Amino acid sequence: MEFGTTFIVLACVFGLFMAWGVGANDVANAMATSVGSKALTIKQAIIIAAIFEFLGAYLAGGQVTATIRKGMMDTSLLVNSPELLVYGMLASLLAAGIWLLVATRAGWPVSTTHSIVGAIVGFAAVGIGFEAVKWAKVGTIAMSWVISPLVAGIVSYALFRSVQRLIFDAEKPFQASKKYVPYYIFLVGFIVALVTMFKGLKHVGLDLTTFESYNVAIGVGLISMFIGKYFINKLKFDPGADEDYHFTNVEKVFGVLMMFTASAMAFAHGSNDVANAVGPLAAVVSIVQSGGQVAQKSAMAPWILLLGGVGIVAGLVMYGKKVIATVGTNITELTPSRGFAATLAAATTVVIASGTGLPISTTHTLVGAVLGVGMARGIAALNMNVVRTIFMSWVITLPAGAILSIIIFFMLKGIFS
Amino acid sequence: MSPIDISTLFGRSPVSPLQSHMAKVQACIVALEPFFDAALSGNWSKAEKAQKKVAALENEADDLKKALRLNLPTGLFMPVSRRDLLEVLTMQDRIANKSKDIAGLMLGRKIEFPEPMHKSLIDFVKRCIDASAQAQIAINELDELVATGFRGNEIKLVQSMIKTLNKIENDTDKIQVKIRTMLFKQEKDLPPIDVMFMYKVIDWVGDLADIAQRVGSRLELMLAK
Repeated sequence: MEFGTTFIVLACVFGLFMAWGVGANDVANAMATSVGSKALTIKQAIIIAAIFEFLGAYLAGGQVTATIRKGMMDTSLLVNSPELLVYGMLASLLAAGIWLLVATRAGWPVSTTHSIVGAIVGFAAVGIGFEAVKWAKVGTIAMSWVISPLVAGIVSYALFRSVQRLIFDAEKPFQASKKYVPYYIFLVGFIVALVTMFKGLKHVGLDLTTFESYNVAIGVGLISMFIGKYFINKLKFDPGADEDYHFTNVEKVFGVLMMFTASAMAFAHGSNDVANAVGPLAAVVSIVQSGGQVAQKSAMAPWILLLGGVGIVAGLVMYGKKVIATVGTNITELTPSRGFAATLAAATTVVIASGTGLPISTTHTLVGAVLGVGMARGIAALNMNVVRTIFMSWVITLPAGAILSIIIFFMLKGIFS
Repeated sequence: MSPIDISTLFGRSPVSPLQSHMAKVQACIVALEPFFDAALSGNWSKAEKAQKKVAALENEADDLKKALRLNLPTGLFMPVSRRDLLEVLTMQDRIANKSKDIAGLMLGRKIEFPEPMHKSLIDFVKRCIDASAQAQIAINELDELVATGFRGNEIKLVQSMIKTLNKIENDTDKIQVKIRTMLFKQEKDLPPIDVMFMYKVIDWVGDLADIAQRVGSRLELMLAK
């Protein structure tokens, strides 16, 4: 293919830049509930984020990447002009990147996921043809954007109510928390491990049956539980601390739990959001390497996810630190017990979406989860105007990403052919 | 900055401002006791100083009240209704207002109660301060109520606190009847206009406990929702 190497280099640069942006900006929200509830210091949050964002991206990022790469359009229409797909994917990456830069400058709350999906659907519908878009799949994705915050909200409501019932309402809340929190930790390890196993770890040489997956997931859950127990047993009950606020000691136990939910959240975020950066890159690479075939079947090269993971961690370490500190310290009214319920609910929802190959917005999911705790009368004040602005933003982001990618698509087409 | 900043989702909690306001109100009503000590012993220069302190604390409570009201935008989603919260705030503030009125009236008219009533009057004021203190104890449970989602044992705890508050208010009613009877027996020997205002002071002091009780019942309304 003519210009093949140029395309791959361009896609790598754009993709790496997007991954860097995801690490620099989006990770902050995923870690904010943990830092805001003071369960983690900023330094701990960054270490956890770096490790688990990378693991999530590398181990569980494949499904969503496949959706971004080839799930939303019917590439059989492009058999005779594979270069159009290359232009389109490059255009989408650029469009989403530019839109995110503009929106960030202007302070608009837009999501990376919505930008990239809007961009791909835009170039496909206009640049190639209306029928090139798999509208049913795109419809499913759009639906998942509504459903994911809802599901996260319901799960966090249920989790927080269970915490209220089992621990806060107990005769001795501190003892109850020491008893039940390890089970929550088990739940965190189990769910994340199970969803990841189910979707296969073939690309790292692990191919497990369902039964084996369950066993490994239980194992991961138990190991987490024992590590958690070790830390919980090290906590000392401080009777003086409960005088002003009676649940100070209980919240310390939840602080331990929060380390695990924060890890799960970073893993979930990495597994879903890496695709925004490397999905288009994967498409370009597979077309160029197969010598211009838009083959649907070709497997993705493992180095692509690796590159995405590295990009995210680079963005996180270089710039994300600052954003995490700002966003985290601005949250002052969140205790670990509530932060835990919201974070675990969001992490579970996102990780399941990742397993199903649905690109969703981690931040919207987290907003839904926080509202769920609010519904359980667990948060003193939530700013509903912000919720409205955030949800309104995708009405603007989809067409904006689409229009930008259409313009860039025709520009690239003009330059290269 | 991140495109979406999730921290903006979290509004400022009204709970601790409400509790700080109540603490200020409590400081204000507590300052009534030294005022009564001075006024009843006829030391009006000392009473004036004590009255100034009550008035200053009432002013500070007013500022806290205004600040909290301004920090409650309509788009806020809270575990308690905005109306209930504002009503509790108003009730709390009335305790301070009443304290200031009482001190102002007594000082302004240099009201001198007959000596035999002094001890009962001090008891009366003290018991009203107890009522307000009990209301404060209940208000201080609000953050625990949020933690427990307004359910279970915590609700029972707060309800028992409110029960105690009602008992204290009942006590003040009894003392009030006793004091009025004492005054009634002596009123013929006293200047009539002074007596009128003595009754007024007694009523107002009794109001302190009534309002404190109302803080408790508004809080109870929040629990029910």
